[in-house]
Amino acid sequence: MTPSWPVVSVAAISLLQVLGVLVGGPLLFGLMYKVRCRLEGRVGPPIRQPLLDLRKLARRERTRPEHASWIFPLAPLVLVATTLVIAVIAPLLAAGPAFGWSADLFAVVYLLLLGSVALALGALDTGTAFGGMGASRAMTIGALSEPALLVAILALSVPAHSSNVPVIIIRSLSHPLWLATPERLLALVAFLIVIVAESGRLPVDNPSTHLELTMIHEAMVLEYAGPDLALVRLGGSMRLVVLLALFADLFVPWGIATAPGAGHLAVGLVATVAKVAALGVALAAFEVAMAKLRLFRVPELLAGAFVLAVLAVVSALVMP
Amino acid sequence: MTSGLLVATTVLGLAASVVGAIAPEKTRTPLSSWLTIVACGFGFVVAVMVLKSGHVAVVHTDQLLPLSGFSLTLDRFGALFMAISAAIGACAMVFRLGYDGHGLSSRTASSVLPLFVITLLLVPAASSVTTFLFLWELMAITSLLLVLVDQRHRPEVAEAGQWYAVMTQFGAAALLVGLVLLATHSGSQSFSAIAAESAHLPAWVRSSAFVLVLVGFGSKAGMVPLHVWLPRAHPEAPGPVSALMSAAMVNLGVYGIVRVGDGLLGGGPAWWWLLVMVLGALSALFGSLHSATSTDLKRLLAYSTTDNVGLMLLGVGASGLFASTGHAALALVALVAALLHVVFHAVFKGSLFLTASSLQQATGTRDLDQLGGLLRRMPVTGSLLLVGGMALAALPPLCGFVSEWLLLQAMLHGLPSSNPSLAIAMPVGVGVLALTGGLAALTFVKAAGIGLLGQPRTEPAARASEVPRSMWLGSGILATLCLLFGVAPFLVIPAVVDAARNITGSRSTHPLTGGWQIGLSGMHGMLAPGLLALGLAMAILLVAGARRALQRGAVRRTEAWGSGRELQTARMEYTATAFGEPVTRVFEDVLRPSHDLEVSHFAESRYYVEAATFHTGLDDAFERHGYRPAASGLRWWGTLARRVPNGSVHRYLAFGLVALIVVLVVVG
Repeated sequence: MTPSWPVVSVAAISLLQVLGVLVGGPLLFGLMYKVRCRLEGRVGPPIRQPLLDLRKLARRERTRPEHASWIFPLAPLVLVATTLVIAVIAPLLAAGPAFGWSADLFAVVYLLLLGSVALALGALDTGTAFGGMGASRAMTIGALSEPALLVAILALSVPAHSSNVPVIIIRSLSHPLWLATPERLLALVAFLIVIVAESGRLPVDNPSTHLELTMIHEAMVLEYAGPDLALVRLGGSMRLVVLLALFADLFVPWGIATAPGAGHLAVGLVATVAKVAALGVALAAFEVAMAKLRLFRVPELLAGAFVLAVLAVVSALVMP
Repeated sequence: MTSGLLVATTVLGLAASVVGAIAPEKTRTPLSSWLTIVACGFGFVVAVMVLKSGHVAVVHTDQLLPLSGFSLTLDRFGALFMAISAAIGACAMVFRLGYDGHGLSSRTASSVLPLFVITLLLVPAASSVTTFLFLWELMAITSLLLVLVDQRHRPEVAEAGQWYAVMTQFGAAALLVGLVLLATHSGSQSFSAIAAESAHLPAWVRSSAFVLVLVGFGSKAGMVPLHVWLPRAHPEAPGPVSALMSAAMVNLGVYGIVRVGDGLLGGGPAWWWLLVMVLGALSALFGSLHSATSTDLKRLLAYSTTDNVGLMLLGVGASGLFASTGHAALALVALVAALLHVVFHAVFKGSLFLTASSLQQATGTRDLDQLGGLLRRMPVTGSLLLVGGMALAALPPLCGFVSEWLLLQAMLHGLPSSNPSLAIAMPVGVGVLALTGGLAALTFVKAAGIGLLGQPRTEPAARASEVPRSMWLGSGILATLCLLFGVAPFLVIPAVVDAARNITGSRSTHPLTGGWQIGLSGMHGMLAPGLLALGLAMAILLVAGARRALQRGAVRRTEAWGSGRELQTARMEYTATAFGEPVTRVFEDVLRPSHDLEVSHFAESRYYVEAATFHTGLDDAFERHGYRPAASGLRWWGTLARRVPNGSVHRYLAFGLVALIVVLVVVG
């Protein structure tokens, strides 16, 4: 292991990651919508439009449904806070032992789960039929995607002997051939499916629909307005950025800063932004070509992801 | 010193029982409860002293049990379980002070309840086969009586009691045979002598004793397929009893498996532990699926007990498997993870069962579909359910997260391995753990979201008010522990590590680096739950501050919009049945729900429906396809056998003669 990093640079990295995720989330959504519009032959709003929307929402009045308790206003806070904590602890720009204390993939998964649970409770707190429907569907999909996610993590952790993200990244940088092994490719597909499911994108959930039979995430957040809605939207987009950045670090780690210093950090920042943007564009292009799956076909997709992840573990064991 | 305290604990417990039997009705509950709390306090002190010092507490008397004597030896491993029982016992008794109804204040119940608590404390101290079986049976009988206290008013209680009686006696019989087999072959009935002798026993004796004991203890722990009594008996028992059963009694099943498997037999071949792992995985999956789809709050918690016992067995099995394949350090980590889960599960499940009983007392029902809106009407009880439920869902920063994380780490480090059984068991174990984790989160959202949030669905729920202080205090202590252990797990980890080393005799170095970070020494893997909690709290405050700064004017209470509905009534809310429906549908092959739709039409035309009734049910598949056929087979055999003794004296004399001849032939 390399010697520990100076505190200043660790703090700088964390700050940069938090700011990057905060601003990058809405911009990524803007970029993805732009790509979608262009592919459909439309001009589309500017990329910064989601940021403008957030500003507009933040100025509006806050409301609370008459039967709701304190859970309803707390839920958006927890959603954003969990993602912020992940942005602090996860090595998105730099992989150093300084992040060892908690940069554990299992911890990241459970923090994401905490955010989802908070949102689902907030939805049920409204006492409307839509809130319950969205919560039930979202929790079911969440429960089914978790095995695939954790087993895919296991497949990545086995050769590195750790579920610690920096350890995995450093190992894959020093063994570049390892990135092309079958277990990596299988785990990659499983991971992608889970990211799509967790962030509520097509073909699992359609973020732009408000058709009652099909909506999942949107049904949960129908009652939010003003600053609360802004937080929910911000949280959702931040989650996608965090997930894509983690994905990029785990599967295409080149460019990530492995030593302290402004130069390394600048390279890491540029590389991560470029990778996340590229992944976002690819995801948006994929979405244009996809139709939403029927709700009860989604478990089959997730079961497929689970099988791929198990195969990844098995092949990691057979071909060390 | 410790021995004296152990005697004092027992005497106080017996005194509480006597007081419960003779005191007048008014003072009966407080007197016997307080005496039991003091007894639990003494028991807790003994347990902590033994855990700290490692000196065993020994009590032996020849007066109590004829021929064999009554012997207690409390070592560190037993002390861990005694401490759990004592803590749960004390909190349940505090809860009981404010709990009314359900027949728990009757003379019989008041004298049996302290006895039950004391057996829970003493079973882990028993150090000979006779003492153990005596205490075990006493525990079974007292708990059975306590389940049955309300049977005059509700017929389902009697049915639950029957199931429990049959299963616990079946388990006890298996246990008796298994332990006696060990005792006869090793020539002594004391646990230490068996442990010293067991390595020289023939393999078939060891293996059959282990399997029998696994069946016996598994039935008490609610392991699939011996779990059928649990989701009936635990919910029907009065509040404090259900907490004691689910948080303290099931632990003793796990205790027994480890005590016999690792302690008396000193570990065994890989297939023993693979069997434990398979049964654990089955229990975890089956339990979590049923708790995700149940609508009865206490039944849901009972199935979640089966789920969590499965996770503990997964850890115990993994530990044995590691030990049998020569990974001593990992074996210790896995056992520590399992025992940590025992402690944490006891804390959160005890709290949850007590809270659920509070809700039941306030609303008169356990059916989630009839609750709702209770967080605003019962703020303390509601918050307690949220805390316990988050621990159950293994969410940070609560205690359930720490033990599941450690279990995942243990399984992760079992790979890569050249051993094929490990290579298959560990990924499947992780998959099971992950799926049950996800389903537990869904269960929590359902229980808390449907039960506490939204609008009240019925009149009693709308009129509910906060329960007496002692009730929320009882579950509140345990809920506080959930949070405390989740943030600062180092408060319990050293004790658990000591207990695990004590039972396995492991010499391997301290497997976990302590302090605010938990790390696996010699392996990568670290978690700082305290810092994580601090970070979360700070982030929430930060975001809340930002929202506050942006906010203009007060928050306006509005009618729920609901996509433009004109009216929102409680009947339009999602129910618990509907909430669990997607899970039921996805796992239809496992759960096998029954649907029954009856439609009657008007005579004039088939196109007009007069009435439609729909009935859907979710029985336990093991019960329907395994136990019910077995029970009817037995009944058939019973009717057949009843024809043989027809009352004729000649026939009975002939039976006697035949029996005598058989005995002479066999003996001669």
